[in-house]
Amino acid sequence: MSDPTASAAGVTGTLEGHAGSPPTTAEPGREKPRSLGRDAWEDLRHNWVFWIASVLILILIVMAIAPGVFTSASPTASDLDVSRQGPGPGAPFGYDLQGRDVLARTIYGARASILVGIFATAFATIVGSFMGIVAGYYGGWTDTIVSRLTDVFFAIPIFLGAILVLTSFPSDENTSQVAAYTKVAVALAIFGWTSTARIMRSSVIQVKQADFVQAARALGASNSAIIRKHVLPNSLTPVIVVATISLGGYIGAEAGLSYLGIGLQPPVISWGIAISDAQTYLRVSPHMMMFPIAFLSITVLAFIMLGDAVREALDPKLR
Amino acid sequence: MGRYALRRLLQMIPVLLGSTFLIYVMVWALPGDPFAGRCGQRPCTDAYIAAQTAKFNLDDPLIVRYFKYLGNLLQGDLGQTFAGQNVSDLVARAYPTTLKLALVALTIEAVVGLGAGVLAGLRRGGYFDNFVLVSTLFVISLPVFVIGFMLQYGLGIRWGVFPVTVSAGAPFADLILPGLVLGSLSLAYVARLMRSSLAENIRADYIRTAIAKGLPRRRVVGVHAVRNSLIPVITFIGADFGTLMGGAIITEGIFNINGVGGLVYRSIRLREGATVIAVVTLLVLVFLLMNLIVDLLYAVLDPRIRYE
Repeated sequence: MSDPTASAAGVTGTLEGHAGSPPTTAEPGREKPRSLGRDAWEDLRHNWVFWIASVLILILIVMAIAPGVFTSASPTASDLDVSRQGPGPGAPFGYDLQGRDVLARTIYGARASILVGIFATAFATIVGSFMGIVAGYYGGWTDTIVSRLTDVFFAIPIFLGAILVLTSFPSDENTSQVAAYTKVAVALAIFGWTSTARIMRSSVIQVKQADFVQAARALGASNSAIIRKHVLPNSLTPVIVVATISLGGYIGAEAGLSYLGIGLQPPVISWGIAISDAQTYLRVSPHMMMFPIAFLSITVLAFIMLGDAVREALDPKLR
Repeated sequence: MGRYALRRLLQMIPVLLGSTFLIYVMVWALPGDPFAGRCGQRPCTDAYIAAQTAKFNLDDPLIVRYFKYLGNLLQGDLGQTFAGQNVSDLVARAYPTTLKLALVALTIEAVVGLGAGVLAGLRRGGYFDNFVLVSTLFVISLPVFVIGFMLQYGLGIRWGVFPVTVSAGAPFADLILPGLVLGSLSLAYVARLMRSSLAENIRADYIRTAIAKGLPRRRVVGVHAVRNSLIPVITFIGADFGTLMGGAIITEGIFNINGVGGLVYRSIRLREGATVIAVVTLLVLVFLLMNLIVDLLYAVLDPRIRYE
C-alpha cells in the first residue's frame, strides 16, 4: 500500500465553486451552465474505462452477495481423491490441496475482499473527513493539534501498523466472520485515515473562504449548519476520488495480511489465504495459485480504474 | 534556509514522541500475559518473572515506563530482548541490509520510472504512452507478493537470470531482483506522476518562451520542462523511501533477506516489544528526515520557492 493518494492530491475542485464561475465557460446554446457534477457525469458516460470498471465491480458485488449464482459447487466440500488435480471437466479451475473446488473457493472469496475493502475505506473516510473538517474549519490550535496527530499516524507505515494491531487482537476460528472482517478493516483504517484527513483539511480551508460561507455566517448560521450545508458538500470531491482509489489498495493490503497469516483466518475463505496455501505447490500445481491471483488483481484493477476515471472527470485541471 | 530547517527539525520532536508513544502503547498494553509461552512448555519460574519485570519496569504504570524507556533511548540504549540480546546489535545487523535493498529499489524506481514517465509525457497519446499507462496499471493492480513470486519463479527459477535468494552479506548483485519487486509499485506511480506532471507543464508559458527564444529541444525539455515537473515526483519518492524500508516485510520474506522487515515481523510475532519499538522509531525517523530533505529540495528545483 504505497500512497495512491499522492496522485489525487491535486484534485481540489469544488462542486459549487465551479458552477459559480462566469457563464462564459458554458457553451453557447445551452440554457444554463452545467455543474461540475453534471459535467463529470457527461465525461464519465463517454469513458469506456469507467464502464469496464463499473461492470467488473457490479459482477464482483453480485459475487460477494450471492456466490451461488456463479457456481453450484460447494467451497467447503473436500475430496482428497482429487487433491491438487488440475482444471478439467466438472472443475474448470481444478482442485486445491484438500480437494476442494478452486472455482467455488475463488468465487466465495470475493466476499472477504470486497467487505474488508469497503469497511476499511468507510472507516478511513469517515474518520479522515471528520479530522480534516475539524482541523480545516476551526483552524488555530485545533488545527495544530489535529495536524500533528495526523503526522504521528502518518509516519508509521500502514502495513506495519496493521500487523501490530492484528497481533494484539488476534482472530481465531471462534471469531465470527463479520468480526474478523471488521477487525482487519479497522487495523488498516487506523493508519489509513491520515491521507483523507490531509486532503479534506486543505479542501475545507479553500471552501471556508468562499463568499457563500461568509454569507451563511453573516445570516447567523451556526458552525454545525455551515459545515453540514456548505463546507462538507463542497469539499467532498477530492475525498471521493481518494476513497475509490484506496479501496483497491485496501483489498490488496488485506490479501497481503492474510498471505502473512495475520489477516483473515480459515475457515474464512479469502484469496490471500488461498494464495498463501498454494505457494508451496507453485511449481507442481500452479492452477491453485493462478485463479485467486487473477481474481484479486482484477478486483484491485477495477477499483483503481474506476478511481482514475472519476478523478479525470472531476479534475478541472485536465479539462 | 538554515532557520527553516531548524524549525522543521524542532517540529519533528512532537511527532517522533507521539509515534513512539503510540507504538509503545500498542506493544506493551497488549491484553494477555507477557510471559505466556516465553519459557517453552513450562510456566516461567518466579525468579525469571521477577528479573524480567524489573528489567522492563513492568510494575510501573505505562506512562512512567514510557518515560524511563525514553530516558534510556536518549542515552543511546535501545534496551534488550527477553533473551538478553542487545537490541542495538540486532538493529545494527539488519539495518544496513534493508537500507541497501531500499536504495536499490529507489534507484530502479527513479531511473526506470522517471525515464518511462518523461518519454510517455513528451508524446502524450502515442504508442509508448499507452504502453506505459497499461503496464503501470497492471503493476499497480498486482499485490507485491504476487509480483515477487512471478519474478522469482520466472527470472530466478525458470531462466536463472538472477539468484533466487539473497546470500549472506547481501551483495548488491543479489539485491537487484528483490529491489525491483519492492520498488515495482512505486515505479508505476513515479512513471504516472512524471507523465502527468510533464504533460501539464509542457504547455506552460515558460516552455513556449524557451522554444521561442531558440533554445535547443534538449535544453527545453531537460532544464525547463523536466526540472519543473519533478516536484510532485520528488515528493512521492521521498515519502516512499520510508515506506520502502517499512514495507519490505513481504519482499524480505520471499527472497530470504535478513533485514529490518524480517526482524520487525519476527519481533511482533514473538512480542519482543523493545525490538519492535526500536525498529519502528528508526523507521519513523528516516521517514521524517526524508520529508525534510524533500522540502528543502523544492527550493533547488523551483527557483520560485524560497525558505526564510
